[in-house]
Amino acid sequence: MKFLVCISKAPDTTTKIAFTDNNTKFNNDKVVFIVNPYDEWYALVRALELKEKLGGTVTVINVGAADTDAIIRKALAIGADDAVRIDAEPVDAMFVAKQIAEYVKENAYDIVLCGKETIDYNGSEVGGMIAGLLDWGFVSLASSLELNGNTATLNREIAGGHETVEVTIPFVLSAAKGMAEARIPNMRGIMAARTKPVAVVAPSASENYTSILSYELPNDKTGVKLVSADNVSELVALLHNEAKII
Amino acid sequence: MPVLVFTESANGTFKKSNFEAVSYGARIATQLNTEAYVIDFENLSDDVLKSLGDYGATKVYRVANEALKNFDAGLFAKVLNDVAKKLNAATVIFSFNYSGKAIAPVLAAKMNAGYVAGAIDIPVMEGRTMKIRKNVFSGKAIALYAIHSENKIIALTSNTVAPEKTENKCSVENLEITITATDSKVKVKEVVKASGKITLSDADIVVSAGRGLKGPENWGMVEEMANILGAATACSRPVADIHWRPHEEHVGQTGLTVRPNLYIALGISGAIQHLAGVNGSKVIVVINKDPEAPFFKAADYGIVGDVFEVVPKLNEAFKKFKAGA
Repeated sequence: MKFLVCISKAPDTTTKIAFTDNNTKFNNDKVVFIVNPYDEWYALVRALELKEKLGGTVTVINVGAADTDAIIRKALAIGADDAVRIDAEPVDAMFVAKQIAEYVKENAYDIVLCGKETIDYNGSEVGGMIAGLLDWGFVSLASSLELNGNTATLNREIAGGHETVEVTIPFVLSAAKGMAEARIPNMRGIMAARTKPVAVVAPSASENYTSILSYELPNDKTGVKLVSADNVSELVALLHNEAKII
Repeated sequence: MPVLVFTESANGTFKKSNFEAVSYGARIATQLNTEAYVIDFENLSDDVLKSLGDYGATKVYRVANEALKNFDAGLFAKVLNDVAKKLNAATVIFSFNYSGKAIAPVLAAKMNAGYVAGAIDIPVMEGRTMKIRKNVFSGKAIALYAIHSENKIIALTSNTVAPEKTENKCSVENLEITITATDSKVKVKEVVKASGKITLSDADIVVSAGRGLKGPENWGMVEEMANILGAATACSRPVADIHWRPHEEHVGQTGLTVRPNLYIALGISGAIQHLAGVNGSKVIVVINKDPEAPFFKAADYGIVGDVFEVVPKLNEAFKKFKAGA
């Protein structure tokens, strides 16, 4: 089985969000970038578990400039066999999906795995777009993946519960919590990652469908209104009369 | 070129999020000097479908096909693409929920459409460019997007744009779309839904608790508060990780994102990852014995006190209020 895991670079979850150039660019000064957690913890680790059980290869693919090398090496240290970097600054999700879909058309893979969303743009887009571009089956928000020959069984989150679905390869999934447990790379993995192959591929032409014009920070809360622990009925009154939500 | 709005009911009844999407589509249609049509794949009665017309749709198309009883994002996107072609539509609106997140990106690829996932306001047209806001960085910032492409898809975040009732009448029509066996690639084998409980992602009120509760045996008072308020229960990540509560309840960066009208946090310190999952809530109430807990900075109302003393008293006060209301 040939697994392709899409990884994105994302600012560490504790990053203070700020913007530059008249609020048109994300300020990445001193920001620590990590592998997007959903891509790493769930998609990559589940692909590795299945490879260890059933054989095959796990390739990670990233659309990004040379500065994404660190997160690619992290994915290799966790256990991916090799990596592909499409050498382009990502414009939007469709741009990323088109680059990956073009690569998949030229190189046979059985299962493409993405995280359910990136923690910076929170769109939940790339997986479905790749599936749409390739006309492959798509299972979104998958919380488990088992393989039996060429048939996969997955659980996916739905409103108020979950459902079990079946799909045959090739297909695309987006991985949510439950799919796997995060792995910490060991020293051997980190050493091995240094010599694993990273193919740098030129991007294919793509028009821009969307762009970000500017950013703003949400209005700060006006400050918490504290109620004494001895007078809890005041809180009930505030929620009813002032906030008008009960 | 009409605006299409995809709807999906909850067991045959439309909810606020559906009305939000229809009203949103209708307001965009007005800006574009066109009409909003609803596309629904369920075999629902005329009366139920017409209830969407109250929010500005002029037509509801019922696409009833046995194959669409099986949720397959790829198949749904294929059918919607065919519908859009048939009706000559260039704009499609979804709710940003489980189904919308699954179908919209596939459709965007098929329609060559620019897609904004999780819009939070009514778009502004500037020539043929649509400008629209969405939350980014897990709610820590807002970005103004431009969609440049001719075809446009928007998934609307629930609880951000209030639905508006209109006077217009709407008609229901059937629309036939050809589906072949190879169009469906994903087969649903089993659907498991917790019955009776209020769904966390749709709940208007969420009562959430964390490690301050000291053990799973103490959740009785949390569930009691949820019962009194008609709320869903949630929990912080550590609580789910040590199996005090099921993972489905975990709210936060890596768990579920919720946007209720009221989020009550009991004994949760408010780590940044937890806040990322709840900061879209309209009103946040925090009860914690540590006055330095970071959650107070994100809260609207707070009580500094021991949850084991405050929560039972608060439950009595809520009960009294509900009995009087």
